[in-house]
Amino acid sequence: MILDGKCPTGPIEKSWDKHRFDMKLVNPANKRKFKVLVVGTGLAGGAAAASLGELGYNVEAFCYQDSPRRAHSIAAQGGINAAKNYPNDGDSVWRLFYDTVKGGDFRAREADVYRLAQVSNNIIDQCVAQGVPFARDYAGYLDNRSFGGAQVSRTFYARGQTGQQLLLGAYSALCRQIRAGSVKMFARREMLDLVVVDGEAKGITCRNLVTGEIESYWGDAVILATGGYVNVFYLSTNAMGCSVTAAWKAAKKGAFFANPCFTQIHPTCIPQHGEHQSKLTLMSESLRNDGRCWVPKKKEDTGKAPGDIPEEDRDYYLERKYPSFGNLAPRDIASRAAKEQCDDGRGVGPGGRGVYLDFADSIERVGEDTIRARYGNLFQMYEKITDEDAYKRPMRIYPAPHYSMGGLWVDYNCMSNVPGLFVLGEANFSVHGANRLGASALMQGLADGYFVIPYTISDYLARITPGKITTDHPEFKKSAQDVEAQSNKLLSINGKKTPAELHRQLGRVMWENVGMARSKESLNKALQEIPKIRDEFWNNVKVTGENGDFNQQLENAGRLADFLEFAEILTKDALHREESCGGHFRVEHQTEDGEAMRDDENFAYAAAWEFKGVGKEPELHKEPLKFENVQLAVRSYK
Amino acid sequence: MNLTLYVWRQKGPNDKGKLEKYEAKDVSPDSSFLEMLDEVNEDLIKKGIDPIAFDHDCREGICGMCSQVINGIAHGPDDEITVCQLHMRRFKDGDSVFVEPWRSKAFPIVKDLVVDRNALDRIMQAYGYVSCHTGGCPSGGSTHNGGVPDSNATVIPKPDADAAMDAAACIGCGACVAACPNASAMLFTSAKVSQLALLPQGRVEAARRVRAMVEAMDGEGFGNCTNHYECEAACPKGISVSFIARMNRELLKALPKEA
Ligand SMILES: Cc1cc2nc3c(=O)[nH]c(=O)nc-3n(C[C@H](O)[C@H](O)[C@H](O)COP(=O)(O)OP(=O)(O)OC[C@H]3O[C@@H](n4cnc5c(N)ncnc54)[C@H](O)[C@@H]3O)c2cc1C
Ligand code: SF4
Ligand code: FES
Repeated sequence: MILDGKCPTGPIEKSWDKHRFDMKLVNPANKRKFKVLVVGTGLAGGAAAASLGELGYNVEAFCYQDSPRRAHSIAAQGGINAAKNYPNDGDSVWRLFYDTVKGGDFRAREADVYRLAQVSNNIIDQCVAQGVPFARDYAGYLDNRSFGGAQVSRTFYARGQTGQQLLLGAYSALCRQIRAGSVKMFARREMLDLVVVDGEAKGITCRNLVTGEIESYWGDAVILATGGYVNVFYLSTNAMGCSVTAAWKAAKKGAFFANPCFTQIHPTCIPQHGEHQSKLTLMSESLRNDGRCWVPKKKEDTGKAPGDIPEEDRDYYLERKYPSFGNLAPRDIASRAAKEQCDDGRGVGPGGRGVYLDFADSIERVGEDTIRARYGNLFQMYEKITDEDAYKRPMRIYPAPHYSMGGLWVDYNCMSNVPGLFVLGEANFSVHGANRLGASALMQGLADGYFVIPYTISDYLARITPGKITTDHPEFKKSAQDVEAQSNKLLSINGKKTPAELHRQLGRVMWENVGMARSKESLNKALQEIPKIRDEFWNNVKVTGENGDFNQQLENAGRLADFLEFAEILTKDALHREESCGGHFRVEHQTEDGEAMRDDENFAYAAAWEFKGVGKEPELHKEPLKFENVQLAVRSYK
Repeated sequence: MNLTLYVWRQKGPNDKGKLEKYEAKDVSPDSSFLEMLDEVNEDLIKKGIDPIAFDHDCREGICGMCSQVINGIAHGPDDEITVCQLHMRRFKDGDSVFVEPWRSKAFPIVKDLVVDRNALDRIMQAYGYVSCHTGGCPSGGSTHNGGVPDSNATVIPKPDADAAMDAAACIGCGACVAACPNASAMLFTSAKVSQLALLPQGRVEAARRVRAMVEAMDGEGFGNCTNHYECEAACPKGISVSFIARMNRELLKALPKEA
């Protein structure tokens, strides 16, 4: 099937305006007759729920944490992009658009990216109006910094807590709507199924995580804003509860999963310290503004203290390989370069899995106080975890799974191929292509939630009758029974391995074979291993406790069950894509000097997979991508 | 290293709880306190014992979800960190460690170390916001966001923006409540009140906000501040008690308007 992204035609600068005008509207008096379910209250879902509530829709919002303020968006440190050009360094909507399409290695839809760049400026205005305390200069104006993959300073930030402040902004808007009665918040609920009636999304089935009760909710439309899936690798920078569950359950009900193999490995994480580690910690990419990456030139120096290695024996490999971007090279490039150094035996720290990020030169140039003011909290965090003082000794960093560019397929309206099911933020596949530039996920989450969905959802709602299908429909009962049956099954296995052990097992297979570099061989190996772990899981997992109770092991087991199915489709996607682009690097497809080699002739499309049953071949649907405004070119950062 | 743990176990809000003793063996000094508990739990599961329930998510000190009183101190012995950031190198081989949940009437126990902190959300719902239009408001054009001016149209002195950020850093964990002998939520509430009162956008509604938030706080059953400063000492984000003073000033200023 050839998928249609429903991009507006005509000049790209006008497409969003024209499209908004062309869409159907819901009469203000009728809005309250519609009920919209929003699953996920991070930046994307929180902003959407607040905006839709304010517009007058009846909104019910869900999250698995105890409060919407704790969604994973809270962890974003670095910043959020916008094309305001306040620093007067030549930025524009067009340049942000261009950088994002190119940065994503030409695997995103142009129209969506253009719209993102356009509304990015509104986001900053919106957040400032809400009282988000962005950094300011002494004249009282907003301050900017630069981020990986860009040559202009377009990143707005609130110390090292940008995600937190943006989320608290959206959360406060949400609180206002909860107070006003337009949004009903259901916290500690996990969506475990999508209810589809006559081919359209009409509700969800949740587990109440406190009481264990299975609950049904109906809505005229369902919005998923449930975040990313890189916890499929077990160790990642994501929060412990991040899962693919909501998206995967929707995929099992017919929503196509697009580009699952595009996963981002972030270059600046604190290296792993031991076997029982539960997660990896990200150091903000902004550190690369002032830190220089290097490894010893000689293998025998890797054991030495960094201070004992003289300047001429250090290899500042990013500056050497990519002179124009240097330490600010995009994430996929910086990550791969770090891995190459380590694979070459020149990595530092335990197991040789680390490179130095050195601030000595910057400290000499601008003084320790300035560095402390810029990154103090990050240095503190680093010290807590590693017991090392990065003002005195370079930090050690290593790449880690961080972000999913893939996600459920959506058209220009953010609607999936299942009518009535909308997908926002990290959970969809739309704007980043094969690689995400820094500070653009926050931008996407808020763009989708504040400025896209409030318009596009009306185009769907205006065509349907509100409240036609409610929880009385038999599909709801069936869905609830399925969910209940799965939980009971998990509890009854009573095997020998805990969910965490099996998750680690899956993670090892994924990281080693489907991680930063992939080959036909490694991918086929993973495809043999994954079903084995899945089998073992369904025969040998041990989940304690009961169904009708607060049961965190049952939660973990359910999430892992979905990862075990999803991992296979991710790997198949990587196997089918016989090219290297962005976060997807196939060792068979590289230039002589080891750079990624894209194949636009054969792969300039989004790969959208239709689930056909566990262990069965999924069906591939393609959405061809056209590049009319940014010329397809080799992505070079030299 | 090896440790002996005494952990609060309680099946549900209405059950009686008690401290249970567990051994934590071969703990790596590099692991975090929660990773240590993970391992204890793995052991318990294998023995068929219900593992210890505790709240956590980000495991990097920012979501505000983790909440344990360790050896009598909310978030444990180190300054300005959350439990998830506490590392085992802080303890010594053979130590005994007491692990308990946040205790406050306003935070009912859900299970073991998990408590219900929704009272804090309700304080926020009372007026923890600026009532600006949200998102795709109807008059929004492609380059202009209806009703909301360009962000640089409002100039904010850097010291004010910085002070607002100091207050805004609160992660809503509730350690201040757990540490306070009166179970007061003044530090939490004052942080939000101060953040918005320091900014021109929030100033307009400042009087109504402080009244509504304080009223909600009292209504939830949190105690009053009697200057013990335990909140500041326990706060993982170093939120200063000076914000409580600021909130009290805001409240005093707001009162005459009530009449
Ligand atoms: C450490 C870190 C630093 C980052 N730094 C930056 C940065 O500086 N700049 C930038 O642009 N991006 C950054 N990112 C990426 C960015 O934070 C995320 O991509 C973005 O916040 C995702 O937002 P979201 O709204 O899509 O999802 P999330 O914030 O992950 O929200 C997901 C929501 O869905 C809910 N949910 C999930 N599954 C279910 C279910 N089954 N049932 C019910 N609810 C469910 C959760 O409760 C939550 O409310 C960073 C990410 C990490 C991990
Ligand atoms: S003031 Fe400090 S202790 Fe209290 S909720 Fe906020 S961060 Fe936690
Ligand atoms: S788990 Fe998020 S603050 Fe500790």
